[in-house]
Amino acid sequence: MIHPIPNGTRDVLPDEMRELRAITEAMRGVFDRRGYGEVWTPTIEFEDVLRRGETGVDPAYRVFDDHGHVMALRPDMTVPIARIVATRYANAEPPLRFSYFAHAYRGVRPHRGQMREFLQAGIELVGAPGPDGTVEALTVLCEALDAVGLVGYRIALGSASLYPALLQTFGVADDAREVLLAALHARDFVRLADEVATRGLPEALVRVPQLRGGPEVLDEITGGEASGLKAILDHVPAEVLERLVLDLGLARGLGYYTGSVFDVLDPALGEPLGGGGRYDDLLARFGRPLPAVGFALHVDRLHLALAGEERTATA
Amino acid sequence: MSGELTIAVPRGALLRETLDLLDAVGIDTAEVRGNDRKLLFADVGIVTMRPSDVPTYVEAGAADVGITGKDVLTEQDEREVVEVLDLGFGPCRMIVATIDGDADPSAEALRRLGVVRVATKYPKTAARHFEATGRQAEIVEVKGSVELAPLTGLVEAIVDLTATGTTLRENGLVIREEINTSTARLIANPVAHKLKAAAIDELTSRMRDARSVSA
Repeated sequence: MIHPIPNGTRDVLPDEMRELRAITEAMRGVFDRRGYGEVWTPTIEFEDVLRRGETGVDPAYRVFDDHGHVMALRPDMTVPIARIVATRYANAEPPLRFSYFAHAYRGVRPHRGQMREFLQAGIELVGAPGPDGTVEALTVLCEALDAVGLVGYRIALGSASLYPALLQTFGVADDAREVLLAALHARDFVRLADEVATRGLPEALVRVPQLRGGPEVLDEITGGEASGLKAILDHVPAEVLERLVLDLGLARGLGYYTGSVFDVLDPALGEPLGGGGRYDDLLARFGRPLPAVGFALHVDRLHLALAGEERTATA
Repeated sequence: MSGELTIAVPRGALLRETLDLLDAVGIDTAEVRGNDRKLLFADVGIVTMRPSDVPTYVEAGAADVGITGKDVLTEQDEREVVEVLDLGFGPCRMIVATIDGDADPSAEALRRLGVVRVATKYPKTAARHFEATGRQAEIVEVKGSVELAPLTGLVEAIVDLTATGTTLRENGLVIREEINTSTARLIANPVAHKLKAAAIDELTSRMRDARSVSA
C-alpha cells in the first residue's frame, strides 16, 4: 500500500540519516565548544507572537487550539529565541549564546534543498553589538562549515542598511524608494536601472548594489555602512577573511535585519546554504532591547553541497 | 571568452540574435549554428534549450547565465535569478485579443455572464492582469495555437505574445489591450553572480558595448 505524505515533506531513511547526523553532530561540537547552549522550542506557537517579529515571512500553516486561538508552525527559529530571551532571560546579563537544530515550515515551492518542512541549524548571539558580535558569528559560522567538511564555501557579506542609507543620502522620495527597494529585492537590475533613469536619480543607485568582490569594492562608497563593513574585515581572523566576498547589493528576504548580513555560498549548489545577519531591533519588539546577530544553515543544503563537492573532487 | 561560464541559449525566435551577440562578445558559436540537433556544446560553454526552460537551468545553477525573454521571466516570477541586462532584441508585446468587431466579446461576456474565459500559454501573467484590472476571468491553459480558441468558441479572449500582429490579423483577431512589452534579458544564477562576479561583469559589459554598437 502507498500512503501519501503532504507536498513539501519527506521521510529520511537510515542511509541518509547517518549522513545528516554526521553533519549536525559536527556543528553541534563547534557550537558547544563556543558556548552556544542548545535550545528546543515548540514547533507550534501563537501566531500573534510569531507576527510580532515582523519578519516579512508569514507562517504558512495555521491551526486553532481548543479555545479558538490561532497557532502556527514557526517559519524560522530567530523569533522563538527572541521570545525566550524576553521571557526566560528577562534579567540575565548579556551576552547570551544559543544554538538550535530545529525544523521550520514555510509555504514555498518545494524542490531539492528546500522542502516546506526543513531542518535548520544555527546560532543566536544576543547582546553583542557589531562589529565584535558579527565577527564572532562569522568565525563560528566558518568553524561549523569547516567541521562539516565543506572546502569550497564562501561567505557573501553585505549590509541591509547600505541601500536604504544610499537612498537617504540622495534624498529619494518615499514612493520611488519603495519601487527601487522592490527591484533590488527581486534582483532585477534592469528594472532598477530603468526606474533610476526615468526618475533622473543618481547612477550610483544602480552601480553600488552591483558591486561584488574583495575589500577594494569598499573604496567605491563612503559613510557608516562602509566603515561598518571595513571594521568587520579588519577584525575577522585570516581564515575567515579569505572566505569573505563583499556583495553590496545583498538583500536577505527576512525583514528584521538591520546591519551586516551574509549568505553562505558554495560553487557546488545553485542556491545559498543559509545565511544570517544583525537584527538589532528585533528584541525590542519583544520587550528586551538588545543588539543581536545570528545565522541559520539548511542542513539539507549542506548535505547537497557536500555531495556536490565530493563529485567535483573525484571527477 | 566564455571561459568558466556556462551559458543557457534559447532556441527559437531569439536564437539567431543571441548567437550574433555571443559572436560579438568573442564566444565562438560556429558549432551551434552548424548543428541544430546537438544541445550541449561543452567547448564553448553553451547549452541550448527552449526559452521557457532557461530560468529553470539558471536558477538551479546548471547554467551560470542565460538569455531569455522578459515574457518568460514575468510568467516565472518565482524563479530566484538575477536579471542583469536588457539586451534589446526580440521585442514583442503581451496582449489581450478577441475576435474583431465593434463589440468586444470579452466585455460582453463580463456584462452578461460575469466571467470572461481567456485562453493563454501564460496563465500567471493572464491571471494577474485580469485580477489587477478587477475582472473575473477563467484562465484556460492551452499548449498549441492560442488563436484557435476564440474562433471555436472555447473562450472570448486570449492573452498571447505578438511581435508583428500578423498571425492575429490572419485569424480575424484584434488587439484590445496591451499588458506589457518584452525584450531579451541576460539573467544569472544568484550564487554564480557572486562567486563568478568578475566573469559575469566582464560578459555583461561586453554585451552592453555590443548592444550599443548594433543599436
